[in-house]
Amino acid sequence: MAVSVSKSYEEVNVWEGGDQKPLNSGYGKLMMWFFIVSDALTFSGFLVSYGFSRFKYIDSWPIADEVFTHFPFLHGVDAPMYYVALMTFILIFSSVTMVLAVDAGHHMNKSKTAFYMFLTIIGGAVFVGSQAWEWKNFIKGEYGAVETRGGQILQFLSAEDKKRVSLSDFAIGIPSERSTQEKSDGIWFQTEKSLPKFSIEEVKEGFKANSDILIRIQKIDESGNKIILNRDESLRKIDSAILVVEGANLVRNEYGNPLFADFFFFITGFHGFHVFSGVVLNIIIFFNIIIGTYERRGHYDMVEKVGLYWHFVDLVWVFVFTFFYLV
Amino acid sequence: MSVGEHKLEIFRGLIKFKSNEQKIWGVLIFLSIVTIIEVALGIIKPDFLSAYFMRMKLLNWIFIILTIIKAYYITWDFMHMRDETSSLKNSVVLPLVILIPYLVFILFLEADYIFDVMFEGFVSWNF
Repeated sequence: MAVSVSKSYEEVNVWEGGDQKPLNSGYGKLMMWFFIVSDALTFSGFLVSYGFSRFKYIDSWPIADEVFTHFPFLHGVDAPMYYVALMTFILIFSSVTMVLAVDAGHHMNKSKTAFYMFLTIIGGAVFVGSQAWEWKNFIKGEYGAVETRGGQILQFLSAEDKKRVSLSDFAIGIPSERSTQEKSDGIWFQTEKSLPKFSIEEVKEGFKANSDILIRIQKIDESGNKIILNRDESLRKIDSAILVVEGANLVRNEYGNPLFADFFFFITGFHGFHVFSGVVLNIIIFFNIIIGTYERRGHYDMVEKVGLYWHFVDLVWVFVFTFFYLV
Repeated sequence: MSVGEHKLEIFRGLIKFKSNEQKIWGVLIFLSIVTIIEVALGIIKPDFLSAYFMRMKLLNWIFIILTIIKAYYITWDFMHMRDETSSLKNSVVLPLVILIPYLVFILFLEADYIFDVMFEGFVSWNF
């Protein structure tokens, strides 16, 4: 440690009992490590319970490649994984700028530390924005599906190329009186979510009229693909449909098992909240660097502590990326 | 911590960097290569890796091992765990490597059991 201009709070007040520091580490840094241990256990609890649900429904779990296929500015192009790979690189890169900031802090280089901190904040903000876009696509859905009495999702494919078709491609418009119940239509507390674009009758009629559309069920065959029913089976299956599902929420989703969406919202949401808190902490530290707090204090340990948290957030994303998108 | 206290070699001394900053870029390149391998495998999905080992595809085992390798280098080099005392290393890492596999073992065993119960036909699944 360089000669201190003024002793920091922790040097004066926290480690008492001599010069020997426990584990040869500063107080704040050690506590940050123990916070990280407990947070790592929280996240592993989430990811393991995701794995629990997945092994419980191992023969019908949604295939991530078919769910996350969007890339900005490439409409209708099937691009699985590229977007999350990009997000991973953004977060790893912001981790690098953070460790460069820590390194510049060790060299007592104020302007360089502030510059790298700034880049880290930008990286974190871009990542949170990307995650919001991912959520938007997930919630909005793409093709739509129907749900049966037993809560199973039926998806529609074209018979020729076995590609998904959207409900709007084949549903037949049936004149109907049913419209979304607004607050203005009745008593003030009676309202409902906006109705799907098509009613279940319209989908059923459209399905019966189009002989080149097949149904795909959630079950997975030996080769790892979802089972596609032939036309006769499909016609029998469509009778059990009771509900049109478009997009995803916590109760049902068009991709398959509702637990998939629940875990997606919960785990990526909890991670996104960590990134958001990290960005806020980084901004506070950034302004502290700018006004010279750490210059006066004589060391940049705070940058190192917030850096530990930031790398941990990156570390968690590495695991979320693997277990949600790759495996 | 003052300047120059960093341990600068990775891969058990195979590569030694001249400065800490250089090591950061080196580790970034390594992590990027691993991520690119993961993404490429995830997109191509080679057929010979779809064999099963302990009820999971070989490809998934590769993904998990590569993830743990990435986690190691993030912790050891970005979080500077390499420069800490072994007692600090152990007090952070040991609780995790003991508790997490334990949790995984209990929950996955139970999930597999529930799957078997449902599969044996006590629940009508598809209607």
